[in-house]
Amino acid sequence: MAEKITIGELHLSGCTGCLVTIADNYEGLFKLLDDYADLVYALTLVDTRHVPEMDVCLVEGSCCLNDELSIEELKEAREKSKVLVAYGACAAYGNITRFCRGGQWNQPGHEAFVPISEIVDVDLYLPSCPPCPQMVRNIAVMAYLLLKGNDEQKALATAYLTPLMQLAKRGDTACGCDLMYDVINQGLCMGCGTCAGTCPVRAVTMEYGKPNVNRDQCIKCGACYSQCPRSWFNFDVMNNYEGIINAIKGAMQ
Amino acid sequence: MDVLGNYKSVISARSTDKDILKKSQDGGIITTLFAYALEEGIIDGAIVAGPSDEPWRPEPMVATTKAELLAAAGTRYTISPNLYLIKEVTRSYGFDRVGIVGTPCQIQATRKAQVYPIGLRDVDDKIALALGIFCMENLSYQALEAIVEDHCNQKMESVKKMDIGKGKFTVYTERGAVSQMPPKLIHKYVQPGCHVCLDYVANLADISSGSVGSPDGWSTVFVRSLKGNEVWEGALAAGLFETKPIDQVKPGLDLVKKLATEKITKNQKHVDERKTVGIRADGTPKGLRNPYESP
Repeated sequence: MAEKITIGELHLSGCTGCLVTIADNYEGLFKLLDDYADLVYALTLVDTRHVPEMDVCLVEGSCCLNDELSIEELKEAREKSKVLVAYGACAAYGNITRFCRGGQWNQPGHEAFVPISEIVDVDLYLPSCPPCPQMVRNIAVMAYLLLKGNDEQKALATAYLTPLMQLAKRGDTACGCDLMYDVINQGLCMGCGTCAGTCPVRAVTMEYGKPNVNRDQCIKCGACYSQCPRSWFNFDVMNNYEGIINAIKGAMQ
Repeated sequence: MDVLGNYKSVISARSTDKDILKKSQDGGIITTLFAYALEEGIIDGAIVAGPSDEPWRPEPMVATTKAELLAAAGTRYTISPNLYLIKEVTRSYGFDRVGIVGTPCQIQATRKAQVYPIGLRDVDDKIALALGIFCMENLSYQALEAIVEDHCNQKMESVKKMDIGKGKFTVYTERGAVSQMPPKLIHKYVQPGCHVCLDYVANLADISSGSVGSPDGWSTVFVRSLKGNEVWEGALAAGLFETKPIDQVKPGLDLVKKLATEKITKNQKHVDERKTVGIRADGTPKGLRNPYESP
């Protein structure tokens, strides 16, 4: 077993649902921590006060511009980590913090919240509210293979992570409207229903086989768009689905 | 990759269940396999294209009995967003082992949900059996209505069966009338999302099936994954199918390969052409999104 990678979780303006999601891997989390990754920084889970050097930094929550410490910590995390991940919808797309307008107890002055990519460069997006524990597991295993694996494993991990890196390049907004703009308007939707099945707040329904988005309900988490098979689909990875699922299963055994 | 995808075996088959054959489109493969998987506890239930309150408009439903499977049997040539229920089925229904049937694109969506479970929590390991159906292209409900009512002159509610084969789209009515039209007239009604699809025979399914390649009333069956192989062998051993070697039936695998190649070549051309649909001020091409290149 090669040495482990180091992972941290930086907590900005989020609800802690993403942090809990890491723990939702249950015994899988112990396996990850035993064999693949040392958790070097995380709210309540690790007794470290200052952002340390790390391989992968998962940033949860959007960045509050009224809070200097948030901006400083985010910049520090960027400087000290090899791979910076916008972990969850708030960090990637703003999510419900997009609707903030101040006046909240106990910091009424806090009203400006931006996705972290408006402050620092982000390497990888993991959207959804919260992202699935299984996806955190997959990314942890792939990050391990990328940083510590042999050439073949590096190639697999690169191919696997590429679309998530491309999502980070795509921009810092995504919501149900993107299904309309980038999938239906572009003549790509074939009515599979994944978007409606994925939406955590049931804002998407299917009308005669095509998605209909209730914009008042949409929280801008980007789950529907990133899970849509027509937002991106990498044949090289997906055609080997059996091998990849077995590899991850094997890694977690 | 081959146009027919990776597969372990391919065979021509027909269900031995008379009830299923009465309702099925061709060989009754999907219905029989799900009925077997339910019986054996391989799945707790299956997401299928069930009936709705409008004639020939399918609605995704969860089938847990053979009667429900039979109600969903047969092909409806319009969209059933089956993935809509993929998370729901593990929640409200509480299933640990889910069966799902879909067109090639829907099976792609299923595999993406497993390999990249971004927003589908606790779903990836619960997909126990993914069955695919051959698909050339699909229609919106309103398009199907236009084809049946305007081109074939039949009312939707009077139609008993629809079928595409032997160079014709055929509508059979309850009262025995048969209306036909050439499939090339369908082309303008096809939903645009189908024109970028590079899969004809559901390459990523555990088992995929369709009428093409086999004689009338029979289906061609591709067994693709380890899991698919296990289920198929079990169903064969239970005597649920009669089979013929694919190289001994007409028209055979060559026709499947021909249609798959045609679809993929045509659609790859379409994908490529999307790159140059528009034009920039400096005269260079301005393209549409390519879902296979980047988000």
